Amino acid sequence: MATTEEIRADLADIVNEVAGVDADDVQLDKSFVDDLDVDSLSMVEVVVAAEEKFGVTIPDDEVKNLKTVGDAVAFIERSQG
Amino acid sequence: MPSTRVVVTGLGATSPVGGDVASTWQAMLAGTSGIGYLDDEWVDTLPVRIGGRVAVEPSEVLDRVKARRLDRSSQFAMVAADQAWADSGLEGSGLEPERLGVALASGIGGVTTLLANYDTLLEKGARRVSPLAVPMLMPNAPAANVSLKYGARAAVHAPTSACASGNEAIAMAIDLIRLGRADVVIAGGTEAAIHPLPMAAFANMMALSKTASGDDGRDPASVSRPWDVARDGFVLGEGGAVLIIESEEHARARGAKIYAEVRGAGISNDAHDIAQPDPEGRGGTRAITMALREGDVDPATVVHVNAHATSTPKGDIAEGLMLHAVLGEHVDRCVVTSTKSMTGHLLGGAGALEAVATVMALHDRVSPPTINLDDKDPEVDLDIPTSRRDLPEGDIVALNNSFGFGGANVAVAFGSI
Repeated sequence: MATTEEIRADLADIVNEVAGVDADDVQLDKSFVDDLDVDSLSMVEVVVAAEEKFGVTIPDDEVKNLKTVGDAVAFIERSQG
Repeated sequence: MPSTRVVVTGLGATSPVGGDVASTWQAMLAGTSGIGYLDDEWVDTLPVRIGGRVAVEPSEVLDRVKARRLDRSSQFAMVAADQAWADSGLEGSGLEPERLGVALASGIGGVTTLLANYDTLLEKGARRVSPLAVPMLMPNAPAANVSLKYGARAAVHAPTSACASGNEAIAMAIDLIRLGRADVVIAGGTEAAIHPLPMAAFANMMALSKTASGDDGRDPASVSRPWDVARDGFVLGEGGAVLIIESEEHARARGAKIYAEVRGAGISNDAHDIAQPDPEGRGGTRAITMALREGDVDPATVVHVNAHATSTPKGDIAEGLMLHAVLGEHVDRCVVTSTKSMTGHLLGGAGALEAVATVMALHDRVSPPTINLDDKDPEVDLDIPTSRRDLPEGDIVALNNSFGFGGANVAVAFGSI
């Protein structure tokens, strides 16, 4: 099982690739929209890339609940169970 | 007579022979070809293996994150628009966004984005298709992205007329200014169609040359040979070019550098065949005649033509007939060139790149050569220098012609300052 930090680091790389945010800024307490300036289309790209990377499914209904990086990491951890 | 005088105040280009206007123009004057073997892994599956890739990859110039949201055609448009805008001196000039328009064309649109996403759909499923695919591939994406970048809030157009698109965008820019709908228009064309599907299609319709793509020992740089007896089709190029088109009043008021005047444009259609030109060039003749009439141009002052001449057997001859029909005896004093001999054919980007070359020819009073013209077709009676040729002093006019599938004919007349 990947650790929380490993998931965060991999997710940070995805956010960097998609939105150009410095990977070091992608910390658990950061909001995708308010802190990292990830817009809605970029968020869809992040979600799709994360699904591929982590082998999980993130339903559209769930995406709106993933407000922070921590929310997303927690969801991925739960999904990987 | 149109009362509003229109001028060119900025230029930008990224082409197979240079990453900006200065390098592109110097390469053209020197007769340098931008055509070579393609190194894409898919090229071995095609009957045509040569083309004109841009000399400078847009990834070397554009911000990575912004670039990944742009189809390659929009990337070229952005590179060229950035250059033209910087050249124009409009930044910080106080131009109202509502007076800034865009007319930026492509022939085929975001075809590589469309097809790459279709590959993803087939291989990985619908979930993997990019949410950005539609805003990236839509034909008005280059125009819309440039309007976003520069805050252009007047009309933002993306005229499509196949290989005449870039020239039609310039014609549209003139109209926007003369109708009072804008003071400044970012105008041009772009194309990024070096992909196996459009290349296979062009090859199958016998439009692309298959020379130098097999073991015939020919040099790829020799294949685009407008008006030469051995021409057998065009070579596909890629790239984009942008001109800042501005009302003379606005340009003078801000003390802008002016490259040339845009005298007039003519647009017509053959209504003859979906792909073949009218063999007598009647539609093109009407377009050129309209451009000269609109600009109140004396045919005796037309000393230079940047021809459409793509290196196809029929089209190159038809264009010669048009110039004879319009210029009459004055055609003997007219220096004609096809810069496609060096750049290949940029489809929707061609008219814009050749407009930049036409404007530079007037500005520097020199015509670029046509390369590979070893044995001129006897059916073509034009003065086509094979090395650079000085143009005369005084008030002179140069024409830029573009013709496209669907029968489109666009001519734009530029005048010296």
